[in-house]
Amino acid sequence: MIEISALTKRYGAFTAVDSLDLVVPAGELFGFLGPNGAGKTTTMRMISGILRPTAGSVRIAGADLLADPMAAKRSLGFIPDRPFIYEKLTGMEFMRFAAGLYGAKGAAVDRRAEEFLALFDLEPWRNELVESYSHGMRQKLIIASAFVHEPDVIVVDEPMVGLDPKSSRTLKELFRRYCDDGHTVMMSTHTLEIAEGMCDRIGIMQRGKLVACGTMPELRGAHDGDHLEDIFLRLTGETIERSVAEVLRA
Amino acid sequence: MPERRVDGGAVAPARPAGVWHLLDPKWRIARARVTSVGETQRARALVLAFIGSGFFAIAFAVAERVLTYFKGAEDIGSVLAGKVLSMLLLAFSSILLLSNVVGALSTTFLARDLDQIASAPVSDRALYGARLVETGVHANWMVVLLLLPLLSAYGVVYQGGPSFVGFAVLVFAPFFALPTVVGALLTLVLANVFPARRTRDFLSVVVVLAIAALAVMFRMARPEQLVKPEGFENFMDFVAAIDTPTAPWLPSEWAADAIMAYLRGGMVQGALLKLWGTAATLVAVGYLAHRVLWARGFSAAQEGTSKHSGVHERPFVDRLFAFLPSQRRELVVKELKVFARDTTQWSQLILLFVLLVVYVANIRYLPLSGEGMTALLRQLVPFLNLAIAGFVLASIAARFVFPSVSLEGRALWLLRSSPLAMRDLLWAKFWVGAVPLFVLAIVLVLFTNVLLDVSTFVQIVSTTAIAALVFPLTAMALSFGAFYPQYDAENAAQIPTSFGGLLFMLSAIGLIAAVAWGTGRPAARWVFADHFGWQFDNARLLLPFAAVATLCALCTFLPLRLAQRKLEALERG
Repeated sequence: MIEISALTKRYGAFTAVDSLDLVVPAGELFGFLGPNGAGKTTTMRMISGILRPTAGSVRIAGADLLADPMAAKRSLGFIPDRPFIYEKLTGMEFMRFAAGLYGAKGAAVDRRAEEFLALFDLEPWRNELVESYSHGMRQKLIIASAFVHEPDVIVVDEPMVGLDPKSSRTLKELFRRYCDDGHTVMMSTHTLEIAEGMCDRIGIMQRGKLVACGTMPELRGAHDGDHLEDIFLRLTGETIERSVAEVLRA
Repeated sequence: MPERRVDGGAVAPARPAGVWHLLDPKWRIARARVTSVGETQRARALVLAFIGSGFFAIAFAVAERVLTYFKGAEDIGSVLAGKVLSMLLLAFSSILLLSNVVGALSTTFLARDLDQIASAPVSDRALYGARLVETGVHANWMVVLLLLPLLSAYGVVYQGGPSFVGFAVLVFAPFFALPTVVGALLTLVLANVFPARRTRDFLSVVVVLAIAALAVMFRMARPEQLVKPEGFENFMDFVAAIDTPTAPWLPSEWAADAIMAYLRGGMVQGALLKLWGTAATLVAVGYLAHRVLWARGFSAAQEGTSKHSGVHERPFVDRLFAFLPSQRRELVVKELKVFARDTTQWSQLILLFVLLVVYVANIRYLPLSGEGMTALLRQLVPFLNLAIAGFVLASIAARFVFPSVSLEGRALWLLRSSPLAMRDLLWAKFWVGAVPLFVLAIVLVLFTNVLLDVSTFVQIVSTTAIAALVFPLTAMALSFGAFYPQYDAENAAQIPTSFGGLLFMLSAIGLIAAVAWGTGRPAARWVFADHFGWQFDNARLLLPFAAVATLCALCTFLPLRLAQRKLEALERG
C-alpha cells in the first residue's frame, strides 16, 4: 500500500504539492487526475524517490521512503510519463537490466520477461535494438519492465499514451488483475473515461491540493454530476466553451 | 540472504544491483555500436583510424626526436625530459579535472537513465562506483590517447623495455582516477549549492575560463626559454630553473617523478605510494560525500528545470532586423536568440577569444628582428599568417556553423511543415555565420599585419584574401553540416567531432592552402621585384587573383545549392 502524509513540495515561492494526505490500500487501483500543472507528476516523482519532498512522508508497503529508501523502493515499480530506454539495448536486455536493478535475475526472470513481452506482442522484437521500436512499443516495453520484479506497488504516470487499442485493453486488464491479486496501482491519466471505467477510487488534484477523493458513487454524491467529466470540470474550474469562443473571435 | 520469488515458482536472490550491473548496459551499448555498423560507418571508422594512426606516428616521431636531443645533453638531458613530462602532465591534469567535473555533472545528475535508477533500490556504493567509472572513461579517454605516443617515446628513448608498459599502467591508473574522484566530489558539492542544470552552464564558463587562463599563462610564460640557455645569466641558473619542481604537491609531479625514476633506475616507491594512497583516500571520502549529498543534489537537479528565465518580450535584436521580410527576420532573429541564450555557446566564445589572444601573442613574440630575418622575409610571413588565420576561421566555422542544421534537430518539423523555402533557411544561417566571421577575420589579419609591419600592398592582398575566404568557409561548413546532420546530439560541441566535421576540416584546409598559395605566390614575386627593383607586369597578378576569386565564389554557391537540395529532399522524405 501507499501512505502519504502531509506531503509538500515547494519550488521557491511556488507550492507544487500542498500538504497532501492519501492512503491507497493493497488491492486498490487508484486513479489520480488533475489538469496540467496540478502537481500529479511531482507527487508521483516524490513517491518514486526521484524528488525529495519539502515536507511530509511517503511509505511504500510499510517502509518509509526517506528513512529506508532501499526497502521502500524494493516494493515499487515506477513507470514515468517520459521514460528513457537505452536505444542500443535489445528489448530483452532492457528487461533483464530493469529486473536486475531490483535484484531479480536468472532463468525465472527471463521466463517472466518473455511472458510480458508476449503479452504486449513484443515477443518477435525481443532481440531487436530499442532504437527500432515505435513510440507505442517503447511504452509497452517500459510497462512490461516495471512488472518483471513483481513489485507490490505500481506507480504509473499516463500509461495509455501511444498505445494501440489492443494494448490499451491488455493494460487495463493487467492492472485490474494485478490489483485483484492484492497489489496496488496508482495511475495518473487525462483520459477520464478510462479512470471512470477502471479505477476503484479516484482522486482529483488542483493547484497542489487533493480537491476530491472517493469511489465514483461517492464523487457523484458529493459533487453533483453523473459523469466524471462533469465533476472534474466543475472541480477544476474549467470554462471551455467561453474560452474557445473568445479565442476564436480574437 | 533475503529471497524474491518470481513467476513459475523459481527463486532468484534479491541482492541489490551492483556496480557491474549498472555498467552492463553501457558496455552492451558500446558493443552494439561497434557490431551493428553498416558499410558506410565501417568506411568512416577506417578513415578515422587511419587519421588517428597518422597522428600517433607524428606525435611519437616528434616526441622521440625531442627526447633523443635531450638525452644527448649529458648533464641535464634527463632532468629536462622529466621537467617537460611534469609540465605536460600538469597541463593534462587541469584539463582532466575540468572535463571530469562536467562529465560527473552529466553522468551523476543529468543523465536520462537516472530516473529509473533513482526509483530502484540501488545502493549508494553501486551508483557511486558505476558513475565514477563511467565519468572516468568519458572524461579521460582523449587524454589517454594523447599521452600514449608521448609515453611510448619516453619508453623507447630511455629503453624502458616491455616492463615499462606495466609500470606506466601502475602509475597512470591512480593518476587518471584522481581527477575523476576530485571532479565527482566537486560536482557533488556544487550540485547541492546550484541546481544542476544551471551548474552545467556555470561550469562550462568556469571550465573555459580556467583553460583560457592556463593557455594564456603557458604562452606568456614562454616555456621555450627553457631550451634557450642563453636567456639565463649563467648555466647554473638555467639548471636550477629546470630542476625546480613545477608543483611538488600535485599528482602530475609524482607521476613524472615515478616515470623518470623508473627509466633512470631510481627509487619509485615514494611516488607510487603518494599516487595510490591519495587516490584510495579520496575515493573513500568521495563515497562518504556521495552518501550524504547525492539524493539531495539529484532532487535539486530536477527542480532546476522549472525555473523561469524572465526573457524580455521584444529585445533589441527584434527591432534591429525589422527591415527584413517577416519570414527571413524570424529566421535570423531566432538564430541569434538561440545562440545568445545557450550558455554553452558563450563558453565556446570565451575559449575562442583566448585562442585568439594566444595567437596574436605568438605573432607578437615571433623572432622577426633577430639574426637572419630580413625585411623581405617579413613581407612573406603574412601569407603564412593568412593560412593560419584561415585555419582558425575554419575551426570556428566548424564549431558554430557546421552544427547549425543539426541544431534544428527535433524542431525541424516546424520548419519543414511551414511554407518556408529551404533556400531562405540556409541563407539566414549563412549570413548569421558569415558576418561575425567576416568582422573577426578582418580584425585579426589587419591587427597581426600591423604587428608584422607589412607593406600596404601585402596588407591589401592578405586582407582581401582572408575576407574572400570567409564566405566559402561558411558555406562549406553549412553544407557539410546539412549532409552529415546529427539531429539527436544533446550538445552542440559534440557535433563537429563527427565524420562530417572531419571532412569539412579537410576540405577547408585544401581551400585555405589553395587561396594562400594562389595569392601568396604572385604577391611574393611582386614583393621580390619591388625589393630588388626588377621589372614586374602587374597584369601577371590578375590571372591568379581571378582564379582565387572564382574558386571562392564556386565554393560558396555550390555547397549552398547542394545543401538546399539535400534539405529539400529531406522535406519530401
